[in-house]
Amino acid sequence: MAEVKNILLCGVGGQGIILASKILANGLINAGYDVKMSEVHGMAQRGGSVTTQVRFGEKVHSPIIGKGQADILVSFETMETSKWLDYVKPQGQVVMNDYEIPSAPILSGAATYPTGIIEDISQKIHTTVLKGSELASQIGNIKTMNVIIVGALVKAMGLDASIDWDKVIKANVKEKFVDINIKAFKLGMDQVK
Amino acid sequence: MKHLMTGNEAVARGAYEAGVTFASAYPGTPSTEILENMAQYKEDLIAEWAPNEKVALETVIGASMAGARTLAAMKHVGVNVAADPLFTIGYTGITGGLVLVSADDPGCHSSQNEQDNRYYAKFAKIACIEPSDSQESKDYLKAAFDVSEKYDVPVLFRMTTRVCHSKGLVTFEDRKDVPIIPYVKKPTKFISAPANAKMLHPVVEAKLVELEKFSNETPLNRIEWGNKKIGIITSGVAYTYAKEVFGSEASYLKLGFTFPLPMDKIRAFAKEVEVLYVVEELEPFIEEQMKVAGIPCIGKDLIPRIGELNPDIIAKALLGKELETIKANPEMIVSRPPTLCAGCPHRGFFYTLSKKKNVVITGDIGCYTLGSAEPLNATDSVICMGASISMGHGAAQAFKKNNVDKKVVGVIGDSTFFHTGINSLITVAYNGGNTVSVILDNRITGMTGHQENPGSGYTLQGDPANVINIPDLVKAIGIEHIVTVNPLKLDEMDKAIEDAFAFEGPSVIITRWPCALKNFSPEDIKEFDLKKKLCRVVEDKCRGCKICTKTGCPAISFDPTIKKAKINKYMCVGCEVCLQACPFDAIERVGE
Repeated sequence: MAEVKNILLCGVGGQGIILASKILANGLINAGYDVKMSEVHGMAQRGGSVTTQVRFGEKVHSPIIGKGQADILVSFETMETSKWLDYVKPQGQVVMNDYEIPSAPILSGAATYPTGIIEDISQKIHTTVLKGSELASQIGNIKTMNVIIVGALVKAMGLDASIDWDKVIKANVKEKFVDINIKAFKLGMDQVK
Repeated sequence: MKHLMTGNEAVARGAYEAGVTFASAYPGTPSTEILENMAQYKEDLIAEWAPNEKVALETVIGASMAGARTLAAMKHVGVNVAADPLFTIGYTGITGGLVLVSADDPGCHSSQNEQDNRYYAKFAKIACIEPSDSQESKDYLKAAFDVSEKYDVPVLFRMTTRVCHSKGLVTFEDRKDVPIIPYVKKPTKFISAPANAKMLHPVVEAKLVELEKFSNETPLNRIEWGNKKIGIITSGVAYTYAKEVFGSEASYLKLGFTFPLPMDKIRAFAKEVEVLYVVEELEPFIEEQMKVAGIPCIGKDLIPRIGELNPDIIAKALLGKELETIKANPEMIVSRPPTLCAGCPHRGFFYTLSKKKNVVITGDIGCYTLGSAEPLNATDSVICMGASISMGHGAAQAFKKNNVDKKVVGVIGDSTFFHTGINSLITVAYNGGNTVSVILDNRITGMTGHQENPGSGYTLQGDPANVINIPDLVKAIGIEHIVTVNPLKLDEMDKAIEDAFAFEGPSVIITRWPCALKNFSPEDIKEFDLKKKLCRVVEDKCRGCKICTKTGCPAISFDPTIKKAKINKYMCVGCEVCLQACPFDAIERVGE
């Protein structure tokens, strides 16, 4: 595979996006790809918008992409999808979590959480919507939402079937959370038809 | 086996492989993880947090003079703090290899400015090396030690946020054990008194000539031939962006050694190509020197000098190409500024202080910078580390002399107080100031991700450490009115502020409560009641006054349909600030 593929993950500080990206990147490395990944630290993480970018292919130069370049936008939070939509290729796709985290102006009542986001985005681009929090509650741990989303992303992108994701999860999460995260990953995959 | 690592992790690995035995740093985004990752090599090297960057660099200069390979790491603005010793070691040179890692932050992701620290290399007359990805971060760092020792010169190793925090695959090598250089007293080298300094200056100028020769020869500056219609001279992460945009449709002179520049190599490359672009992030550091040398090129006329670059910006600037995009309905986007976390001990303090009238609040660098944001809107200024207390003093003296009636409060964190706030407090005490200085002691260095500091009880490598007693220190400086308070108890917090305002003379308030996100130490657990608690809104009692939302807690929201407040049980840690703020007793502890 010569062409470099670009994945943009977005959400809010504290949603486990960095771990999700790490699992994804390590899976791709095991499959033999060159991988670059970019993340944001520091002040931005304190409840602000967080994005990571994962790029893979035969040879990757830049760790970041510009607008109109992501093959897939994976959003952990509803409104963040709107914010980063212009980074996706028009023929690309969106996997979004139907999960609202109100930002400070909304919490204080100065603004309201926008309605109709899912409809707006679905009209414009091929979109898969997940109810990550409901699914995570089903398997008994809300914190597995991030791994459910990675599972959905892997399926949606049709990533290399030879990758042993169970092994990757084992290598990247604490031992007592391995089983539940493997379950979460499979549940995420099942959400994408 | 290749390892996926950030540039920072790769620098730490490179320092280990290069045989470094001493390193020091003050945490600062995007540099922090360099020393954090060096800490793991405890058997082979000492890695320390210093109270500030000047101290970090000075300890490293000492280690070099003692004959060891040594490294200091800091963010770009940290080099400003360390500039005093830096300019003089440009003259003295080193004994053991000395590398200063400067992590610049184009785009101000987590900084107060976006200065380009390559100018420091030119200004201090030392070598500059710039990696463009993780593998180079490791390999070039090792090369930096060789250059440092061969030419008796400190090396500025200039990274940027994207190099520090993006991950790429890295191949490891074994550690090279570098024996310490036997100590010999060299007074004419290391005593930079005027007589010696005058002798050293011509030596430095001669060294720069030699370094330029090296720059022309080293593979750190490499040519990659492609289509010769376009030539691109580039450095750092900008190289990867240029490569992404032009691929084999251009030829590249990729500069890893950027001071002194390889002018002969640049001239030879320029002759071979039709159009010559200089693609560099931030300032025209390379471009200006080329133009002075009479080499025509196109750089900042087209490529922005403001902010971070990316492939998109370069394609647009040089090719006029813009990719097709789709846009969400702009009404579907509400901003998401960073906020103080749920349970943050700073909230109780800022909420109380923000209600005081006629007060100027000088702030500082740390999580509590967010006290300036909506809805607390408390702080009036943030300039640099330590400035809260000293700026507050200057403002108070100016108000006093000009008969302006205003109270001044300086607000600083524990680690920032140790950094440079102590000196500031000395000027307050010494010059008979009349400010209130508040030290927000959350038992850790918060914003950069929980680093130990001289007040936290542990060292970087996990050993128990001496703990500075802040009240005793403040007393020794000469402050008489000192109060330590739990900032989550709003009435105690309010009384502390009022008492300090009423006191004639300088006063210090220490708010003492651990960061809500911190891994609590055994000492924290002993001292503070840290049992996980939870608050909730009693809907019948809530009158929808929104006062609780004025605390700016991200766990509290206002539901406009039922006109009631709501607390997110997954985020709440039960700090009870909202419970105390509510005038209608409509918030209660869960389980009571």
